[in-house]
Amino acid sequence: MALMASSRREADVPDYPIWLLILLPILALWLQSLLALHLPHFDVLDLPLLVTIYFAITWRNPIGGTLCGAAIGILQDVPTQHPLGVYGIAKAIIGYFAASIGIRIDTESLGTRLLLIPAFTLVHGGIVWLLETHLIDQPYAWIWWLEGLHAVVNAVIGVMLFSLFDRARRRD
Amino acid sequence: MESFFSRYRNPLVLLAVLLVQIIGLAVQVRRPSSAPGAPGVLLIRSWTLDLLGPPEHLVAATGNGIAGLWDNYVDLIHVRQKNRQLLQEVDRLRIEQAGLAEDARQAQRLQALLNFKEKYIYKTVAAQVIGSSGSDQSHLLILDKGSADGLQRDDAVITPDGIVGRLRSVFPHHSLLLEISDATSGAGVELVTTRLQGVLRGNAYGQPEIVDVLPDERIQPGNPVITSGGDQIFPRGLPVGTVDRIVPDPGHSPLVNILIHPAAHLNRLNEVLIITNTASQMPQQEVQDIANSELDQVQQKAADILAERLPSAIDPEAPPEELFTSIVNGFALEQPLPALHPPAPARPDQFTPGQTPPAASMTPGARNGPVRNGVEPPVKRNPSQPPLSGIITAPTPGIVVTGNPQPAANSKTGQPAKAAAKPAQKKPAAHAASREGH
Repeated sequence: MALMASSRREADVPDYPIWLLILLPILALWLQSLLALHLPHFDVLDLPLLVTIYFAITWRNPIGGTLCGAAIGILQDVPTQHPLGVYGIAKAIIGYFAASIGIRIDTESLGTRLLLIPAFTLVHGGIVWLLETHLIDQPYAWIWWLEGLHAVVNAVIGVMLFSLFDRARRRD
Repeated sequence: MESFFSRYRNPLVLLAVLLVQIIGLAVQVRRPSSAPGAPGVLLIRSWTLDLLGPPEHLVAATGNGIAGLWDNYVDLIHVRQKNRQLLQEVDRLRIEQAGLAEDARQAQRLQALLNFKEKYIYKTVAAQVIGSSGSDQSHLLILDKGSADGLQRDDAVITPDGIVGRLRSVFPHHSLLLEISDATSGAGVELVTTRLQGVLRGNAYGQPEIVDVLPDERIQPGNPVITSGGDQIFPRGLPVGTVDRIVPDPGHSPLVNILIHPAAHLNRLNEVLIITNTASQMPQQEVQDIANSELDQVQQKAADILAERLPSAIDPEAPPEELFTSIVNGFALEQPLPALHPPAPARPDQFTPGQTPPAASMTPGARNGPVRNGVEPPVKRNPSQPPLSGIITAPTPGIVVTGNPQPAANSKTGQPAKAAAKPAQKKPAAHAASREGH
């Protein structure tokens, strides 16, 4: 049963160790860079996006989600040929809306996460496509089945990762 | 006003963050050449790479160490056999190289005549790939070498199989390699079969393609593609790949795009070579290699000649170098090396100054030298044709020469000069025919 925002916020204020807040995005970026090199097709998974979604939906603070998404996205832009900001903009928007949704619905249930993660993955891909093709005029192949595969893989891996992250979270 | 900001604080923060990034994007896109040098951009890229680089370097070094232990100390099965095969292949390739050296020199002379400067790879730096962009839309790799190792932006990156890309950004200890499969890359290439030149870049699906090419039926799948050298990044003649297929260019009909199957394994890159220095002269090492190959070829030829003449003295299984040494040493120490003389001429020399008798002593129709086999063969004449003035009988039976006498035999082979004789045989007949016509 989904809880209302006010009652959930009062009941459960997430608190993360500071090292986790810093380490987790860096770890996600590092693993994304390293594993995509050695494991073929690992790039269907977007670990920085999953970390952004997780922080946003558990913090339930749109400003925090926006800033967190922007920071992770800009760092993800660094090892790409994009100008800095493409992933930054996409993840800032995802962070904002994930945090806004986290206020209103229960994002800790398995079913909600299985719906939210693929939806955010598709929206993220759509924003990147929009920016690439219309703002910086770079070719971007939007392939529906591939974007769907991204969404499904991210959902499956994300649900497992989120349960791991939950264990590291301190609750008041 | 205060209530407005407090009420819409969250969306306003989102808008502010997006606005800042869009402005940043606009600045970078508007000034792409200055983007890498801009202080803020460079710093954040440099810091992030410095943050991500060391652990990736550590992982790569650990993996390489384990793989090196296994490869160098455990997995040594068939190494001797492989080594022997490789040595044989090296010998064969050196001889082939010597055969091509003369062609290369001729090409250089012609290029010098055309004032075309060939670029030779003078110095390369080996680097290891330690990371990737992590995105299927971005074909960038992180290398473990940077400006401290002499790398510069836009240096060409290759493997022994073919070209890989160029350096997009260079930091002190890392650099970003932009692969030829990326949509923002570019390289000047040439089709070997048709000599068609074009620009290679990656398409949206991550496959390199030569864009905006006029349709040509001669372009077939499998045709090799090399660098043209026109981009001033890649030296001319490096392998790029082969033609995969030809697709119409949707935006520029009737032009087509040629999809390329890259020669380098872009998805499985571990080590690459960065070309840090090129020059218009061949490197000293390469000159030395060619000289060694030519020496090998000479040795091989000498060994072949001696093996042909003295089959019992030659061990056919010995490598050419040992063979040559053993032959020379053996002959020098044990028996005198038989002098090789050219074959004896079939006829005496009648044309060298001093060998020819004075003209006053010559009689028309008489012979000055001995006749082959000691028998004077009868001169064949056409009974229906009267002798023409200016025609003398040649020493060779049945051959008539006009004007200046030609050598009757090839000085090297001793065979009759057929090529010189044939027109001489036809000429009287032609004269006769023309006279009959008159």
